[in-house]
Amino acid sequence: MLSIRNLSVAVEDKPILSGLSLDVPAGEVHAIMGPNGAGKSTLSYALAGKPGYEVTGGSAALDGADLLALDPSERAAKGLFLSFQYPIEIPGVPALTFLRTALNAQHKARGEAEISAPDFLRLVRGKAAALKMDFDMLKRSLNVGFSGGEKKRMEILQMAVLSPRLAILDETDSGLDIDALRIVSEGVNAMRAPDRAMLVITHYQRLLDYIRPDKVHVLSAGTIVASGGPELALELEREGYDKYVKAAA
Amino acid sequence: MAAVAQTTEQVLELERYKHGFVSEIDQEFAPKGLSEATVRFISAKKGEPEWMLEWRLEAYRRWLALEEPTWARVGYPKIDYQDAYYYAAPKEKTGPKSLDEVDPELLAVYEKLGISLKEQEVLAGVEGAPRYAVDAVFDSVSVVTTFKKELSAAGVIFCSMSEAIRDHGDLVRQYLGSVVPQSDNYFACLNSAVFSDGSFVYVPPGVRCPMELSTYFRINAAESGQFERTLIIADKGAYVSYLEGCTAPMRDENQLHAAVVELVVLDDAEIKYSTVQNWYPGDKEGRGGIYNFVTKRADCRGDRSKVSWTQVETGSAITWKYPSCVLRGEGSSGEFYSIAITNNRQQADTGTKMIHLGANTRSRIIAKGISAGHSSSTYRGLVSAHPKAKGARNFTQCDSLLIGKHCAAHTTPYIEARNASAKFEHEATTTRLSDDQLFYAMQRGLSQEEAVQLLVNGFVKDVLQELPMEFAVEAQKLVAISLEGSVG
Repeated sequence: MLSIRNLSVAVEDKPILSGLSLDVPAGEVHAIMGPNGAGKSTLSYALAGKPGYEVTGGSAALDGADLLALDPSERAAKGLFLSFQYPIEIPGVPALTFLRTALNAQHKARGEAEISAPDFLRLVRGKAAALKMDFDMLKRSLNVGFSGGEKKRMEILQMAVLSPRLAILDETDSGLDIDALRIVSEGVNAMRAPDRAMLVITHYQRLLDYIRPDKVHVLSAGTIVASGGPELALELEREGYDKYVKAAA
Repeated sequence: MAAVAQTTEQVLELERYKHGFVSEIDQEFAPKGLSEATVRFISAKKGEPEWMLEWRLEAYRRWLALEEPTWARVGYPKIDYQDAYYYAAPKEKTGPKSLDEVDPELLAVYEKLGISLKEQEVLAGVEGAPRYAVDAVFDSVSVVTTFKKELSAAGVIFCSMSEAIRDHGDLVRQYLGSVVPQSDNYFACLNSAVFSDGSFVYVPPGVRCPMELSTYFRINAAESGQFERTLIIADKGAYVSYLEGCTAPMRDENQLHAAVVELVVLDDAEIKYSTVQNWYPGDKEGRGGIYNFVTKRADCRGDRSKVSWTQVETGSAITWKYPSCVLRGEGSSGEFYSIAITNNRQQADTGTKMIHLGANTRSRIIAKGISAGHSSSTYRGLVSAHPKAKGARNFTQCDSLLIGKHCAAHTTPYIEARNASAKFEHEATTTRLSDDQLFYAMQRGLSQEEAVQLLVNGFVKDVLQELPMEFAVEAQKLVAISLEGSVG
């Protein structure tokens, strides 16, 4: 479903990713692990199309469509969702308004009918309850004054409502206490589906106790240096990234 | 190819300002230029009493001695006051008329603008929906005022200024110029000499006006100015909510709009005055557009009286206006909620004055400025407390949002507290529309335009919610149209 070939990305003329290749088939969850500065967030931003992340080579396709030719909203409409490491605050815009505008924008881009207000509320109420979120919180300005855990839960709620083909979770575990981590992970696991792929980016193995990946890749110095099953994450937890940092250097 | 692109651009421009059409209405004009004869011509056209003509002539003489102000942060070529028409009116007999007598062509113009002047249609609307009485001012004259019968049953007088001068001379004579004196400033003085029409409202003691009142101003004629004068009096314990809307055709030359609005509020009375100003702003290069030089002031004469100004300013090439409150009555209060949007080459210098004269007076200012393109926006505000204004309080919040790299926002607050018990608070922020916010919204599926709209609507929410419901929806759309193409 997601197919990346020899992708190179530079930020302010500094190369961050160089010749990265990766395939994530439908129905699978892949984890990307790596030391700080390896380019993990750069990969997620480049896939989502953040301005300033300049693709200098290679390709990335979702369901065969060239992602790199699309603007961020078109990639979203194609089914790409990015759960941000640091979710952005939007003052004056209630979370519900934001979410409904986003959902309808995607529907419109795909030529589907707008969702009615009652259907939308039903959908959101159900997903919010599953994530143990207080519905009243959704009437507040998006992410403004939310705790770190609330922001992450809000990201997962958005993912659940927008129901993407490909979900990229960037450091979703950072800033979460153990209870929040469990709830968020359950939310993510509930989204696993045969027609959906997930890319879980994390520094620590801890998250992978809850979200069990089909494959683990090690990203170091801008490229994938090792791939394996879930046991690779455990090895990294034991032995650290040293071996891969040296191998890449 | 370039020509094709240019044409496309022009067509887009047309679509953006959808009120830019010119109507072929048979009109008559005063001779071009400004002189004592022009003033006499206008007064005679309206069949005014002698005292009114004298008042105008006095204003004209005072105006000759005044100088055009230069302190505002706006720039424009010198205005040739002799090169304009000071009176333009649809050719028809004057005098009050019913809807049936109004030129159907004129009714069609207002229909095109989305303003219904047909009472039956409004009446036949959804049950429980708020109703609006409308005074429609076309260039220099009021063409019709709706719902007069129903309003007069409640004791409310709502009519054109010309009619008020004729039929309610005592009230007009008592209050006209009592809030904004003839020689208050250059443009107000000019208005006092040549004002042509406008709305007059009187709400008697203890009456809550049964519906929203509104005036819709339309400049149609070329090379003409519009000088309307509005006077609203809320007698003791009265309440009225008044809305004002304005549009003009797209023309390459600049047109002057110098209006005066006076509000008089007696004991325990309240006036809520809302404006959605959408005069033609000029094109992308800054050609054409309205010079909107307006004086608006409320006099809270009565104890516990209250005034609330809400304005959404999206149009005009240049806006120069400071809706103000003189808080004279003990415990009186004034509010000012403003959204000022400038795009392309527009300039706005706008704000408010809260003048605390009475004890325990309160005021609140929320001003939101949005600048895009090569525009410039200035908030200019005065908050002052007289020695007698013990316990006066003010809260001011000024926020500026910049879109793009070539616009400017300025905040110029003047604060004078001349007694120790006054408590004034001032908060100000300036932010740039953040790339991170835009990307976040686009990642969720919003197009760039939709993302800008959503973020801007969030920024102005505090003010939008002060507008009457229907106006808020209209204003929200206007905000979106005004900022189209401002990013990227």
